[in-house]
Amino acid sequence: MKSPTRPRQSVRRRPWTLSKTAVNGALVLATVYTLLPLGWLLTAAAKNTGDLLVGNTLTPDRWHLGENLQHLVATNDGIYFRWYLNSLLYAGLGALLCAFVCVCAGYAFEVYAFRGKEKLFGLVLVGVLVPTTATALPMYLLASEIGIVNTFWAVFLPSLVFPFGVYLSRVFCAGYIPGEVLEAARMDGAGELRTFWSIGLKMVMPGFVTVFLFQFTAIWNNFFLPLVMLSDNRLFPVSLGLYSWNTETHAFPEYYPLVVTGSLLAVLPLVIAFVALQRHWKAGLTAGSVK
Amino acid sequence: MTRHILRTTSSRAVTVRRRGRSGAPAVLLAPFLILFTACTLIPIGYAVYLSLFSERRSGLGFGGSTSVFTGLGNYTRALTDHAFLDGFANIAQYCLVYIPVMVGFSLLLALLLDSTLARARRFFQLALFMPHAVPGIIAALIWMYLYTPGISPVIDALNAAGTQADILGHPLAAVVNIAAWEWTGYNMVIFYAALQAIPREVLEAAVVDGAGPLRTAFSVKIPLIRASLTMVGLFTMIGSLQLFTEPMILHGTAPGVTSAWTPNMYAYTAAFERGDYGLAAASSVLLAVVAAALSLIVTRISRSRSDRRTEVTR
Repeated sequence: MKSPTRPRQSVRRRPWTLSKTAVNGALVLATVYTLLPLGWLLTAAAKNTGDLLVGNTLTPDRWHLGENLQHLVATNDGIYFRWYLNSLLYAGLGALLCAFVCVCAGYAFEVYAFRGKEKLFGLVLVGVLVPTTATALPMYLLASEIGIVNTFWAVFLPSLVFPFGVYLSRVFCAGYIPGEVLEAARMDGAGELRTFWSIGLKMVMPGFVTVFLFQFTAIWNNFFLPLVMLSDNRLFPVSLGLYSWNTETHAFPEYYPLVVTGSLLAVLPLVIAFVALQRHWKAGLTAGSVK
Repeated sequence: MTRHILRTTSSRAVTVRRRGRSGAPAVLLAPFLILFTACTLIPIGYAVYLSLFSERRSGLGFGGSTSVFTGLGNYTRALTDHAFLDGFANIAQYCLVYIPVMVGFSLLLALLLDSTLARARRFFQLALFMPHAVPGIIAALIWMYLYTPGISPVIDALNAAGTQADILGHPLAAVVNIAAWEWTGYNMVIFYAALQAIPREVLEAAVVDGAGPLRTAFSVKIPLIRASLTMVGLFTMIGSLQLFTEPMILHGTAPGVTSAWTPNMYAYTAAFERGDYGLAAASSVLLAVVAAALSLIVTRISRSRSDRRTEVTR
């Protein structure tokens, strides 16, 4: 009476009794940990200075979000929104150009054979490991020598360099562009650059978006480089602006709600981007992990 | 398998045919290489150069200052400065606590999510990843408020429960928590992607051999994603050595966080509060050298291990 189904049954049953609730419970706990600070930010942004500093729980009669936003618009002639536009410009334009530069290089590394190719690619990989903060200070001194310190370019140009993006682009070009297609284009008499522009770039577009998203996040979040390079607060990105306001809070508590509400607004574009572009950041992290 | 062969032969055909036409690759590589040279290679070289000089102010400070070649003088100054060495000690402690905790948690969460029992995987993945969308400076600000008694509902609840929660008095724990919050979900997604790439036959074979879920995780899944573990470990280490934003925000609120709490903060204060560029450059170079040495060690160890493994499987 040996039943052939026995082993299968035990295999199936053990994990169920072991931990179905435990597994999902642990995941829920971790989610609470990751989302609760954001939830706090959401409620704190609607509190006025007094309620925020005393820690009063938010109730409808203590709802001051509109008021906080008005303060944000009014403070220093709405400099916050200037910072916001700066950030959009640094991150949007910077990531767009950066993704293009990376895809060009990644395509060249994947499609062509030339002397010293793998050595050059090795140098790019070493570039991934260089601490970016170690280069920020000499970059500041170089920028002050050529007179671009405290200008848009001082923050914009360095943010175009993203060695890991070149690595990702090469991986994506290998995955998305079949050699036969390029060969066919060449047979039809298209030039190399023409082939890249009208075929290669189009086929690798999902990879382009991924590199764009990663670099957009990196530039939007960057703090050290603008801190070193900029002293004119009209050029600040949001991160640096909020930092400068935060240093004011010790002397002027009315800056607290500005920092909190400003932080909430600064988080929104990335949250929206990550929810909308899930496929792309997952693709990037997958490509990076499989190697 | 056949797809793989097709792929390599076809790409080889392309490369062979395209050899000799160097114009296009040069044009495509030029923008990146120029920017990379200008913003990475030259600054590194310049930092090394600067670190060999010291500024000497002439007389009463009139007529500016002159650079004097001091050889390794700045390096000995940095290495004999207690503040600098304390910064390295702090960062070493931080790495020893943060890296195992964060990597451990992200691996655990990835394994949980990868197990057959997990529900709502897309939601959990997104929710756990979300802190990555928060700029480091804002993450640090949020947690600073959540650490402050009076403002923070968490601390107030803990105090009401009778415990004396004083996170701001423990800078290491305070900074580790902020960094773990920012990066656990991000690395969890990397591990989860690697786990999903494990061929299902391998896992089925383990089950047939009688391995339970824990055994499968430790003996099959974790060894198979070792490449991802190494990569995450490496990037986490490089990032940890550069620690700056989070302690910078806590500086002023948490009494234990000095202005030179990490080597990077030391370099920043040396350069921008004391104008001592030579010392700042020397400490940046030392930091980069430590980063390079540690990366080399990590890649060497992981390479020799994976070599051994392939020999065994052969």
